[in-house]
Amino acid sequence: MQATSRNFKDNAHEALADPNLQKAMGFVRTGFIEKRKAAADALPEFEALRDSARDIKNHTLANLDHYLERYESKATENGAQVHWCATAEDARQTVLEICRSVGARTATKGKSMIAEEIGLNDFLEKNEIEPIETDLGEYIIQLRKEPPSHIIAPAVHVTQDQVEADFRSHHKHLKPDRPLAEPQQLVAEAREMLRQKYLDADVGITGANFLIAETGTSVIVTNEGNGDLTQILPKVHIVIASIEKVIPTLDDLGVILRVLARSATGQEMSSYTTLSTGPRRPEDPDGPEQYHVVILDNGRSSMLGTEYQEMLRCIRCGACMNHCPVYHAVGGHSYGWVYVGPMGAVLTPSLIGVDQAGHLPNASTFCGRCESVCPVRIPLPKMMRHWREREFERNLNPPAQRWGIRAWAFLARRPGLYRAVTGLQVRALGLLGRRRGRFASLPLAGGWTRHRDFPAPQGRTFQQRWAERRRESGRSAA
Amino acid sequence: MSAGTGKPARGQILGAIRRSLKRDAGDGGAEADRRLAERPQGPAVQRARLPRPQLVELFVQKAEAVQCSVARVESPEALPEAVADYLKQHNLPSALRVAPDPELTDLPWKDKAPLLTVAAGRAEAEDSVSLTGSFAGVAESGTLMLLSGPEGPTTLNFLPETHLVVLRESQLVGPIEEAWARLRERQKTDRGGSLPRTVNFITGPSRTGDIEQKIQLGAHGPRRLHILLVADEPG
Ligand code: SF4
Repeated sequence: MQATSRNFKDNAHEALADPNLQKAMGFVRTGFIEKRKAAADALPEFEALRDSARDIKNHTLANLDHYLERYESKATENGAQVHWCATAEDARQTVLEICRSVGARTATKGKSMIAEEIGLNDFLEKNEIEPIETDLGEYIIQLRKEPPSHIIAPAVHVTQDQVEADFRSHHKHLKPDRPLAEPQQLVAEAREMLRQKYLDADVGITGANFLIAETGTSVIVTNEGNGDLTQILPKVHIVIASIEKVIPTLDDLGVILRVLARSATGQEMSSYTTLSTGPRRPEDPDGPEQYHVVILDNGRSSMLGTEYQEMLRCIRCGACMNHCPVYHAVGGHSYGWVYVGPMGAVLTPSLIGVDQAGHLPNASTFCGRCESVCPVRIPLPKMMRHWREREFERNLNPPAQRWGIRAWAFLARRPGLYRAVTGLQVRALGLLGRRRGRFASLPLAGGWTRHRDFPAPQGRTFQQRWAERRRESGRSAA
Repeated sequence: MSAGTGKPARGQILGAIRRSLKRDAGDGGAEADRRLAERPQGPAVQRARLPRPQLVELFVQKAEAVQCSVARVESPEALPEAVADYLKQHNLPSALRVAPDPELTDLPWKDKAPLLTVAAGRAEAEDSVSLTGSFAGVAESGTLMLLSGPEGPTTLNFLPETHLVVLRESQLVGPIEEAWARLRERQKTDRGGSLPRTVNFITGPSRTGDIEQKIQLGAHGPRRLHILLVADEPG
């Protein structure tokens, strides 16, 4: 997918003016948040499980080379064909060659963010293999020729009325006056449309939520069952997974599953958790004859050992975006690439470069809600700050901002001067604004005051008040 | 395969990981091997640690909470009638595709449920009702665990609109960790430690929230998941 992350600002402006998007995003603001909270509150061990999930991922990342090797040898022992791919291009070529080796004309697909990351659909289409998305949300956005706007709910930006209109305009062979006003009718129609496609496909492509080193197994977690139909009906099953998906044991999987579904949709378990090990056995009545696993790096190995290593703990639950006020306001497409919300703001610059995606880490209010709900406790705000620093070092932000930050840094390194200057500013602003208590516009703060008033200071600086508080509490403690 | 994959890419990726992690040349992965051998468990989930009668109750409650229906069946011989009753009650077709598992195919179908047409095998596109066994039930979350194999075609779990699953009470475990233990035990004796091609954990019927977050059942997999819970001696 061509990244448009550089245009974050313009994308976001358009998003704010799009009534359909704003209506659709309303469902995110309430639904996901309440469900996650109810599920988390209902399990007393939830916080301990989050710690444990974090530790499992940390341990795995610190031993990633070893676990990948052990995973590979178990997988091949069971008949899997493992393909290592350093880049997106390598992965696309590998998938294409497997498809061609069986003369495939169509490939059904379960939802896979890695497939989005490597732009697999466009590539297959150009090479005359028709990719068929089977997850309902993915199916909808494939009809609309749009990228996903959420990592677990790819069509979360689309309203029900829009889905109805899309189905009417694409499913031309069905009666034009058929009833489609109920969500159940839309779901049934999609089910009907895809049924034969599952059966006809030569290849089924899925992602993997996890790879298990102990058993050489790939795991998908879904609710619709489309991933399962995708992987059991065709002759060939291809799994595409990135290197950080590996975890050590089945017991580790149990721990992580308990936090994954609760964080994602507020379920205790998703409807389907499926473990696949090798192709069908000679005595099996069904299942794929070939089982391929494409292991993709695409920039992740160079995140290890850096301040972004912790991002590789991510289990793609979507909780950070579900709880992000910026994401709620601007939707997923504003982020301009496949990974959106807070996790996208950290991951996208790592994968496609800070020059392409440098604006994303600024799409944050630093409210900290993402970190507070992340099941593997990734310090997302801290990492966004790292990117901002990098961006600054590399001279990528606008001159006025650079000038402002330099001036601030000059003062901050000189505490006496800082106190004097800020004290003066605050008194001046307090005097100027004492009538209305706020400013509708301020020089150098247009970006702020264009959308909201700037409150007039209450007379003293933070440092002055802090010093006072310290003195007071010192007295009361004595 | 293509130029970018296979051996050179493998070395390149593992080498890049080792460089980034500043891996010692002498580190052969002893720490990873230890974890794989010891398989430490995470925090224990207390609600799943129950004596058997309450475990059954917890399983039923959790399964119903995810829109399964559960029928308690006194003995395996009573299964054909229980199946026929369910299908009749829901106005469902009387043709049944049964897993080729002698425990199911040998039941007294003709005597006890003469109106049903019973065929064994994997699912075909036209099948609308399937009946399978299961390997375990996880009470903690109301989850069924099904294994692929000659007696368990995976297509039966996903293609038909209605999936009926037989679970014996003795197959119930508390937390998922106990299910892993039983699975490892079975595979150790049966298959030299390898897992079956497919292990399905199924928690309720197929569903989607992709249209305005309104949950709809039967997205691609079964719309109905009916569990026939058979009383037996705890094994
Ligand atoms: S960063 Fe955390 S909250 Fe966000 S998707 Fe990843 S695991 Fe979930």
